[in-house]
Amino acid sequence: MAVFSSLADKLQETFKKLRGKGKLSENDVNEAMREVRVALLEADVNFKVVKDFISRVKERAVGVEVMESLTPAQQVIKIVNEELTNLMGGVQSKINFSSRPPTIIMLVGLQGAGKTTTCGKLANLLRKQGKRPLLVAGDIYRPAAIKQLQVLGQQLNIPVFSMGNQKSPVDIVQASVEHAKNFGNDTIIVDTAGRLHINEELMGELISIKDRVKPHEILLVVDAMTGQDVVNVAESFHSKLGIDGLVLTKLDGDTRGGAALSVKAVTGCPIKFAGMGEKLDALEPFYPERMASRILGMGDILTFIEKAQANLDAEKAREMEKKLRQQQFTLEDFLDQLQQMKSMGPLEDILGMIPGLGANKHLKNFKVDEKELAHTEAIIRSMTPEERRNPNMINGSRKRRIAKGSGVSVQHVNRLLKQFSEAQKMMKHLGGLKKHSKKGKKAGFKFPFF
Amino acid sequence: MGLFEQLKKGLAKTKNGFIDKVTELVTGYKKLEPEFYDDLEAVLIQADVGVHTAMDLVEKIRCKAEKDKLETPDKVKELLKEEIAKILGEDTVPLNIPSESPAVYLVVGVNGVGKTTTIGKLAYKLKLEGKKILLVAGDTFRAAAIDQLEIWANRVGVEMLKHQEGSDPAAVAYDGIQAAKARCTDVVIIDTAGRLHNKSNLMEEIKKVRRVIERELPGAPHEVLLVLDATTGQNAIAQANLFKEATGVTSIAITKLDGTAKGGVIIGICSQLDIPVKFIGIGEKIDDLKEFEPHDFVEALFA
Repeated sequence: MAVFSSLADKLQETFKKLRGKGKLSENDVNEAMREVRVALLEADVNFKVVKDFISRVKERAVGVEVMESLTPAQQVIKIVNEELTNLMGGVQSKINFSSRPPTIIMLVGLQGAGKTTTCGKLANLLRKQGKRPLLVAGDIYRPAAIKQLQVLGQQLNIPVFSMGNQKSPVDIVQASVEHAKNFGNDTIIVDTAGRLHINEELMGELISIKDRVKPHEILLVVDAMTGQDVVNVAESFHSKLGIDGLVLTKLDGDTRGGAALSVKAVTGCPIKFAGMGEKLDALEPFYPERMASRILGMGDILTFIEKAQANLDAEKAREMEKKLRQQQFTLEDFLDQLQQMKSMGPLEDILGMIPGLGANKHLKNFKVDEKELAHTEAIIRSMTPEERRNPNMINGSRKRRIAKGSGVSVQHVNRLLKQFSEAQKMMKHLGGLKKHSKKGKKAGFKFPFF
Repeated sequence: MGLFEQLKKGLAKTKNGFIDKVTELVTGYKKLEPEFYDDLEAVLIQADVGVHTAMDLVEKIRCKAEKDKLETPDKVKELLKEEIAKILGEDTVPLNIPSESPAVYLVVGVNGVGKTTTIGKLAYKLKLEGKKILLVAGDTFRAAAIDQLEIWANRVGVEMLKHQEGSDPAAVAYDGIQAAKARCTDVVIIDTAGRLHNKSNLMEEIKKVRRVIERELPGAPHEVLLVLDATTGQNAIAQANLFKEATGVTSIAITKLDGTAKGGVIIGICSQLDIPVKFIGIGEKIDDLKEFEPHDFVEALFA
């Protein structure tokens, strides 16, 4: 679940040793850096990038910049965090939209990086932002690539422009621009065939497309699992074609994601999006500073909050808060909550974003059973509105009816009722808990940069 | 073009990006000094050999060099070649062919490594050997994956069995095996959807596919072929381990070796895993899937 988890583990292990110490000698820093170096190399970070990174951190860690408020170990973590953020490109960068639509976005990359899928996801994301995208099937070589894009378009209900696989991609893209103008599409997303960066002929084709239609944004799609070679690929595409940014795919795997660290450092191209899952809404803007926090095992609370904001109804949330305060939380509200949680995406992903949980050993293998949630939902739905509001009235015969109605056993129903009453109890303490957790946070996380 | 020449051409990039760098080092240094070994380690790491394997290799070479009292790096390339040959092993491991047909081969891997393409090429290869082949479209998830396999089936001229998109892959596998039994097919190759190895639900799905195959044909699947992308870095090891745990991977195919200067990953895989590499993909043409012959591979690399 947690992106970069292995790297985070390694760094945390290293820093645990540092944390125990009051003062940090040059030797300590060197030892820590050796482990950081191996961890980064194992994470497939480019060799040269690692070398620079280590020397930069070392230089900063030994000697200067020791602040009074921090222990030296925290100081090192702070520096590593800052340098990691720098390495990945500082602040987030966005898509360049043309002031005179249509904006043309072209996706390029090696075979199997995930271009076609990313096209679909990107179209979906841009439509959510109010654009009217048109997908263009420019991969005329791979068997069924056009069909794949068409199926995606159908699933998303986004138009796909195709001229079959007999016309040249240059002509297809040119024609698609006219088509977009006629049909009022303000954004064109061009899928292209996967190609090796050393294939002169196919690279030439991309260059002709570029010359012909002048795309506003050329995005290189890169598999996050790529090894040391990613730098050559990115450099080569960049020098021949001039890339505006990168999309990192398959980041939901357990890859340590060295590619993300290397690419920006070596090419200067920012990573604009990250593919985080198989579903068509699993494309997120790439936030370098958040990713650095993730690497350090500090969780990604910002993404979590944003997801919550996008999916949770603010009105409902206020209502919920009121109910919580007045301790009127019922099974009906519980059901509401369940549904809102579900709309935020797989629970595992959400848990991984919460600081502290990402590094929690017990939670590491914890898999949320989505089926269990479906059962819970069914049970609640089998209750009468009155029962939902007042679970205490549910007696044996009612339980049997509910169990039958939802297709589970009576024990299941009992378990849910017990869980709910416990949740209610917890809610009562929530006010106190909030204060408590604030204190806890202060004690646990002394990092001023967090 | 002879087989060896083809191999040499396919590995040209790896040779340039890896072995030629070693040559540069060997000629660049007058003496065997610590910096030489550091640089050698750097070259190995940059070839995706992996940190640990690289350290091991360098250590072994250093020991050997000290033992033989070498003072100049001239012989290092030879030592390296020896050590790499040792890691890669001697013999080609052939596909497991059961005494009674059909042979069932299950193909697994993460997204975008080239599973479907590898199946197409493998089918072509086996067809040339005179086998009767059935391809089974078990990737029911990705848009148009079935069409992609169908195009390959037509291209190669073999039969294919498919269900609709979104249907249960285990059910497709079941039908595939039944059909193979009924049609006296020699080889059944089952495609599966790409899946990231850390998604437990998807790994459960593929375990089920395996269970169904086992149940319908005792002794099957005769091979579980894991397809790895040569451009993948050290994550390849994690992929192999988790897929092995879930599906009992018996062999590996490494694809896109022609596209990377970092073919070193094959060395890391061989040294850290006990699963034999049986095929390598060294080009885009239909006959560019080759049986992995360690000896030829090393020779082509160092030629």
